[in-house]
Amino acid sequence: MTRIFKHRLIWPIAALVALIVLNSISRPSFLSITITRGQLYGSLIDILRDSAPLMLVALGMALVIATRGIDLSVGAQMAISGSVALTIIADSKTPNSLGTVVVAILAGVAITLVFGLWNGFLVAVVGIQPIIATLVLMLAGRGIALLITGGFITTITSTPYAVLSQGHVLGFPVAFLVSAIAIAIVTVLVRRTALGVLTEAVGINPSASRLAGVRSRGIVWSLYGLSGLLAGMAGILYSSNIMAADANNAGINIELDAILAVVLGGTSLAGGKFTLAGTVIGVFIIQTLTSTITFLGVPPAVTPVFKAVVVIIVCLSQSQRMRGWISGLRPPKRLVVTTPNETPIATNRTTA
Amino acid sequence: MSEGPVVEVSGARVQFAGDVALDAVDFRLFAGEVHSLMGENGAGKSTLIRAITGVLRLDAGTILIDGQPADLTSPAAAQRAGISTVYQEIDLLPNLSVAENVLLGREPRRWGRIDWKGMRSMAGEALARLGVDIDPASTLSTHRLATQQLVAIARALTADVKVLVLDEPTSSLDQDEVAELFRVIRSLKEQGVAILFVSHFLEQVYEICDRITVLRNGRLVGEYMTTDLLRIELVQKMLGREVVDLDLLASRTVPDAMSTESEPIVSATGISRRGVLPPTSVEIFEGELLGLAGLLGSGRTEIARLLSGVDSIDGGVLRVDGTATHLHSPRDAMLRGIAYSSENRKIEGIIGELTVRENITLALQAQRGWFRRMSRARQDELSASWIEALEIRPSDPEKLAGRLSGGNQQKVMLARLLALAPRLLVLDEPTRGIDVGSKVEIQKLVTDLVESGMSVIFISAELEEVLRVAHRVLVLRDRRVIINADADSLSLDSLLAAVTKADA
Repeated sequence: MTRIFKHRLIWPIAALVALIVLNSISRPSFLSITITRGQLYGSLIDILRDSAPLMLVALGMALVIATRGIDLSVGAQMAISGSVALTIIADSKTPNSLGTVVVAILAGVAITLVFGLWNGFLVAVVGIQPIIATLVLMLAGRGIALLITGGFITTITSTPYAVLSQGHVLGFPVAFLVSAIAIAIVTVLVRRTALGVLTEAVGINPSASRLAGVRSRGIVWSLYGLSGLLAGMAGILYSSNIMAADANNAGINIELDAILAVVLGGTSLAGGKFTLAGTVIGVFIIQTLTSTITFLGVPPAVTPVFKAVVVIIVCLSQSQRMRGWISGLRPPKRLVVTTPNETPIATNRTTA
Repeated sequence: MSEGPVVEVSGARVQFAGDVALDAVDFRLFAGEVHSLMGENGAGKSTLIRAITGVLRLDAGTILIDGQPADLTSPAAAQRAGISTVYQEIDLLPNLSVAENVLLGREPRRWGRIDWKGMRSMAGEALARLGVDIDPASTLSTHRLATQQLVAIARALTADVKVLVLDEPTSSLDQDEVAELFRVIRSLKEQGVAILFVSHFLEQVYEICDRITVLRNGRLVGEYMTTDLLRIELVQKMLGREVVDLDLLASRTVPDAMSTESEPIVSATGISRRGVLPPTSVEIFEGELLGLAGLLGSGRTEIARLLSGVDSIDGGVLRVDGTATHLHSPRDAMLRGIAYSSENRKIEGIIGELTVRENITLALQAQRGWFRRMSRARQDELSASWIEALEIRPSDPEKLAGRLSGGNQQKVMLARLLALAPRLLVLDEPTRGIDVGSKVEIQKLVTDLVESGMSVIFISAELEEVLRVAHRVLVLRDRRVIINADADSLSLDSLLAAVTKADA
């Protein structure tokens, strides 16, 4: 029992379960999943599908945050990749051919990979603070996207492209499968290689890592590239959903939701230790919350307030100090009994 | 000085996650005296200062101010009790005006707004009291460092001050500036302020201080009147003479091959770095244990960092195996077989939130690159064998490294470097701040390594330790090598005299 409560993902999971319970009480149909013509439908499936762009962005964000950085440009990068892909398809004579669509997607993702590497260059080589370095592209990116589309909202009709957001494979929405594959690839990339542990070492203690011979420059640089690449794919999914390249609205404020998802999942903004599983749960929390808000009929104008309240509750539940206060209210005897092996951690002490 | 002490600390004990930083320390500070706190790194000086200035709390012991138990729960509380501090790194705001800096947080107000005119005149008076004549409206950063230091003191004095703590106030001042500071200190002393002066410059301590308290390894060595204490005695008390088993000496054999004909594995000719180290030459041979002795700031660490690529060289030539090389990073040095272990375990050594296993395998993994991950089985095997070989306790490889005691953290750092099988191991104070048992273990390990053919540069503040383990000793003073001799030809007393500068 104690071990379960000490697991670092317990609070994010509890928050997600609480949200789901709340939803299923207020609308019993929430949990039901129906199969129509071999395809799954239902609120939960919608959440899996709609969370895909945020999922991709948040995975990249988690790794960038682990290096003590941040990537504010992800929303703008989504706009850029969508513009590139849709402009290629719109200019093509065969918008319905699979080849055109594949080329368009690859081009869109490739260009954001380049922009991500640009961010990484500014941070890892030039030494600009991450928040400033990526702010440049956050502000300029949408302008670049508008340049690509010539100032218009490019719309297309392309059946293969629409499959990304509306199609199903093996009963599941394609968008969800894309995000699931991304989770699998990123997990293998960081945990089956030494990238994860070296990233954590650099994030926890950059100078000790340097003395241990870790090449932090290359690591940080490539992770910003990865973040760009994932944001590019998110932009493709977004533009497929509306079949338009909307440079002004694609991925607007998604950087904030992504940072939030990472933090809700239990990764510290101070860098170092990160958890991809926690980030995935964080994304689901945010997406479920969005769906709840829509269902409860909260007026759009006060949506941010509602979201903020939930986020504060989740963050407080994760705060060491808050937990200390709460457990301080309980009889101390019980505390000793429930955590016999716990060694006290000095949290507020500065070391000499 | 007829009354009791202004500050009286008794039985002070402070502990950081298993490491005792301060243990059973008594300390007294009287009105109208300048008192110096002396000790090497890790002696507990800054911990004691932090306790007196309310930055941290004692785990045991009491602090009396004017004979009354004091409530020093925060720096603000300490300030209310009349204790002001000027820290080592001048903690001022360079882009604000002098007056703003002097009165920050205590600005005079009129109708709820800041009274700028009153502020300038108040700041001017405070500065005049110190004999500083500058325009209070000028921007702080336009002034010399020494003036800024005086502004920091003026700031400390605007409150009703009984005790002024000066932590390394002279480390970035030149001689005239130091004289100016000392003039101010003397006048404050006459006004009855108790001054705690911390500096590692012996000359200055002897010039300005009335009384000296010496700490070593978190314990009190003693309290002395400056006039009664010879410099050489002071250094001896700071560095200590610990009785450690001497059978180490017996096993020591100086390799014969270390004659002048053999080629040094690393030779530095006139290497220098601006503002850090003047041109210096060092050679180290295969299978040699070279000891570097000298006080804090003597250049011992600076040499080590230049030799191992941590800091880069401005001038001179560094040869590895006879080939001139430029080491751009510690990684560069490691690829050539030179590994450096920092004196600063917490900041440059251990990665506290990673496990012991991850810490031990880090350097090897970094060398393989991120793509070629060591298998978990290989990692377990490697860490288990080092944990056993170095007797790291607790022996659980999945324990977070930050939770280990200082001695065991040091062993984890050593294991990390030894896993690379380096040819030259540069150890900067590997035995500082760890218990005597681990200390002897590390000394033994180092001698064993050298016997197996590795070269080691061993830096320690403890002269006896250097003499005991090293084949050859370089003695540094004021960033210059003053002695380069076989350990056998040196005695503890001659070493002590060299480090201290004969005696004045």
